[in-house]
Amino acid sequence: MANLKVPVALADHILGEKDAAVTLVEYGDYECPHCGHAHPIVNAVRKHFGEQLRFVFRNFPLTEIHPHAEAAAEAAEFAGAQGHFWEMHDGIFENQPRLNGRLLAELAAGLGLSSEDLTAALEGHEYLPRIKSDFLGGVRSGVNGTPTFFINGVRYDGAPEFEELVEAIDEQLSGGKIRRRRAG
Amino acid sequence: MAHILAPGTTAPDFTLPVTPDQSLSLRDLRGQPVVLAFYPADWSPVCGDQMALYNEIHPEFQKYKAEVVGISVDGVWCHAAFAHDRHLHFPLLADFEPKGAVAKAYGVYREKEGVCERALFVIDEEGVIFWSYCSPIAVNPGADGILEALENLKEKRQNHGQLESSRRAG
Repeated sequence: MANLKVPVALADHILGEKDAAVTLVEYGDYECPHCGHAHPIVNAVRKHFGEQLRFVFRNFPLTEIHPHAEAAAEAAEFAGAQGHFWEMHDGIFENQPRLNGRLLAELAAGLGLSSEDLTAALEGHEYLPRIKSDFLGGVRSGVNGTPTFFINGVRYDGAPEFEELVEAIDEQLSGGKIRRRRAG
Repeated sequence: MAHILAPGTTAPDFTLPVTPDQSLSLRDLRGQPVVLAFYPADWSPVCGDQMALYNEIHPEFQKYKAEVVGISVDGVWCHAAFAHDRHLHFPLLADFEPKGAVAKAYGVYREKEGVCERALFVIDEEGVIFWSYCSPIAVNPGADGILEALENLKEKRQNHGQLESSRRAG
């Protein structure tokens, strides 16, 4: 059984509250079609569980097969440094079929970010160390492709589909209730 | 039913085609750790399949001076096309004729389907199996187990080296 080796920390991209009962971590690649498929599913799962669920996204670009994956991850980190990570993240996944340098510039401009700064960040690989660190943490945790999800720190090997994810998260929630009852 | 060879077993030597006109023998890789990754087939329809993943992680394996080798029952031309498509930086061996003979020697052949298991071996510098793992066929085993084994192997070597030098000093 593969376990998350890098605990969720402040530096992570997090949606939801720290005291949420369940944390869902995704290791993803912006050019991976399966991650593109999973993106609206993750949103639906988040909506379904509301405050009970916290979502974390970490980079796992497969650069040998996806030529734009690294630049896309860098652009999302660039936007993130200016407080717009999730807008960029959503923008890239929602426009995945036309992912290229032009799209990244367009999305950045749409968020009011300087295109010169974006170009400089991409050319200087300013955010690459962070992406590599995500990647290596993922490798050590047993990420075996994209997307890979961890539910409360344990790798989820089921299908990345709404019903399956909801069921797996429900299991965690009911487990938590039993423990709480015992404690009470 | 065959069982996957366990740590401590001498890794059975083999010579398999790696390209249409080249072959590779396990003994050629003596002196460095070897990662043997058996897998069912080229062209599995997922991103970041097992071989693509090891390709991305290749620099990490190189830190341990480990040679990574993929093995399936696909033929050399199939491997060549697959390796080219996925930009693989390590060799794929064709356990093609007699089919699955090497997988059988390692106890990782699925007779019914006629393919290799998803099985991993880390072989030490002397050709002895240091770690082995067989994953459920539908689950890509990732690379965490391999990296942990390579780390443990390195530590074992270092401890051994210290022991030797202290013996010599004494």
